[in-house]
Amino acid sequence: MTIGGIDLVVLIASLMVASTPILLAAIGELIAEKSGVLNLGVEGMMIMGAICGFVAAVHSGSPVVGFFGGALGGTAMALLFAFLTQILLSNQVATGLALTLFGLGLSALIGQGYNGVRPPQTDNLNFGPLTQIPVLGPILFQHDWVVYLSLALVAGTWAVLRYSRVGLILRAVGENHDAAHALGYRVRTVRTLALMFGGACAGMGGAYISLVRVPQWSDGMTAGAGWIALAIVVFASWRPWRVLLGAYIFGGVTVLQLRLQAAGIAIPVQILSMAPYLITILVLVIMSARRGRAAIGAPASLGRIFHASS
Amino acid sequence: MLRLEKRAAPSRFWTVVTPILAVVATMLAGGLLFALLGKPPFEAIRVIFWEPLFGANTAYTLPQLLVKAGPLILIAVGLSLGFRAGIWNIGAEGQYIIGAICGAAVALAFYPAAHWYIFPLMVIAGGLGGWAWAMIPAILKNRFGTNEILVSLMLVYVAENILSWVSFGPLRNPQGYGFPGSRNLQNYPSAHNADLIPNSGLHWGVVTAFLAVIAAYVLLNRHRLGYQIRVAGQAPRAARFAGVSPQRLVSFCLGTSGALAGLAGLFEVAGPSGQLSPDFNTGYGFTAIIVAFLGRLHPVGILLAGFLMALTYIGGEMAQLSLNLPSAAIQAFQGMLLFFLLAFDVLSNYRIRAKENAK
Repeated sequence: MTIGGIDLVVLIASLMVASTPILLAAIGELIAEKSGVLNLGVEGMMIMGAICGFVAAVHSGSPVVGFFGGALGGTAMALLFAFLTQILLSNQVATGLALTLFGLGLSALIGQGYNGVRPPQTDNLNFGPLTQIPVLGPILFQHDWVVYLSLALVAGTWAVLRYSRVGLILRAVGENHDAAHALGYRVRTVRTLALMFGGACAGMGGAYISLVRVPQWSDGMTAGAGWIALAIVVFASWRPWRVLLGAYIFGGVTVLQLRLQAAGIAIPVQILSMAPYLITILVLVIMSARRGRAAIGAPASLGRIFHASS
Repeated sequence: MLRLEKRAAPSRFWTVVTPILAVVATMLAGGLLFALLGKPPFEAIRVIFWEPLFGANTAYTLPQLLVKAGPLILIAVGLSLGFRAGIWNIGAEGQYIIGAICGAAVALAFYPAAHWYIFPLMVIAGGLGGWAWAMIPAILKNRFGTNEILVSLMLVYVAENILSWVSFGPLRNPQGYGFPGSRNLQNYPSAHNADLIPNSGLHWGVVTAFLAVIAAYVLLNRHRLGYQIRVAGQAPRAARFAGVSPQRLVSFCLGTSGALAGLAGLFEVAGPSGQLSPDFNTGYGFTAIIVAFLGRLHPVGILLAGFLMALTYIGGEMAQLSLNLPSAAIQAFQGMLLFFLLAFDVLSNYRIRAKENAK
């Protein structure tokens, strides 16, 4: 199955890998936003996850430890954000921007001396004979464990939000924090936990870039992936399965763009490289044009500061 | 335990004091960071904050202070208008790039003719370019309700790609031996944004920045539109009842900040930088966000904050040379500054009271 010199099976298999970082970050941000907090620092958490994961993996020699380190780095950043926005009640937009700027600087600082180092390789899971199935084999059974984890997280998030009490509390806090507070739920605790989950996911997503996608460390290597994750949450109207769809569409465009370059299509490289960003804008426009903010599914308390005595 | 009590209006005292507190805290935390990196903390702080102002190389550093502060102030003044009204343009970096490309393109179209009107035309082109780039998120927000934060930011990456494309393609110097990058405008007198007093660092961009500060001050304090901006930020519902059109505000705030960022880009490409190249932009558009907040979104505050931030840039460069401090350290340092500022802001918006347990 090849179209215009591009093998479709390979394309789908590689788009799953390309999408995994933004999928992880977006599903984490979805939970944070469902609790009513807008964390614009996803990019900062991702890049910190990328470098912490990289350092942890290089020193331990184990990619699993690396991903754990990445999640830890992201969580630490999220805690910083939670402290500022939940305890000190700072503006969420400004704090998110600060988190991104700080993360970019600090990660470059930590990453000194790691340029050109190769991290330990993350192997694909071995599904034995299943990998040999034509078409389905390469698409479904030839990936590393993080790809499957990201898919499991989507399913888990969906189930928790829809069927569990935890999901109900999370949504209550995000929709109306005053009412949730009056019912006795601890708004700040719920939000801090949601932010930590978001940070851990974003950190793992970042680590996936530095350990699997590239795999190397260079300053600012997330290159806007965190911002795209934010856009995907809006695109998905805060629904887990649509996050998966959005991330895969975006990953698909990225991969297709690379394949087109490799296939020698006569379009300047830069025009192809800007395509994913332009398509993100286009998708945002289509999503926003169809429905207003209220109907789009945004949590009603999103971005509002919660202060108990007010 | 402590509890927070919301103030009816932000405390004037703390509004002025928190930026100073934030700078002091950043110095302390930064010193700690440098110590962790194995650099002498006091020496590093001294090199960053003292040396550029009173050190041995002031003939170089003081003009550089103007050169760096100019674009930061110019961009931050524009951004602050929107931030006050709750309109978040964080794509100034892209508008800066597009302004530079448009301005340089005009200059290169005339090359090598010598006319007095070339530079003014470049200024207009630069401002228009930045304005147009910022009007994309504005129009999309007004027409479709699209989030301006995301769109303006995505456009930064698009602008960077355009910059790379023109430096390799249409605007490449035909006599540049195939290297990417345009002709150097410093060697083209009609287009060069030279220092008004030689070696003072005072070029037209710095003058424009000062003018922008004055204009923004007058706008915010003496003009209806400035009043509307302030009301829209503090009480959006009240603003709508008072007949403020949100759409007009969005177009005005985004358009103005875009035009100013575009001008900053043009003055940079025609002056200190000289040519377009794939790595022409250095992040002024993002740093200006910190400047705007550090200056409390107030024109005069932004003027001071711009100089402070320029100081950390130059001090950071000097620390790179003399102490081998990595360039990224300064970026982390600037991020920290914004954190501390936001953290201390709790003091201006809330009163801290001891919690009474028995009531």
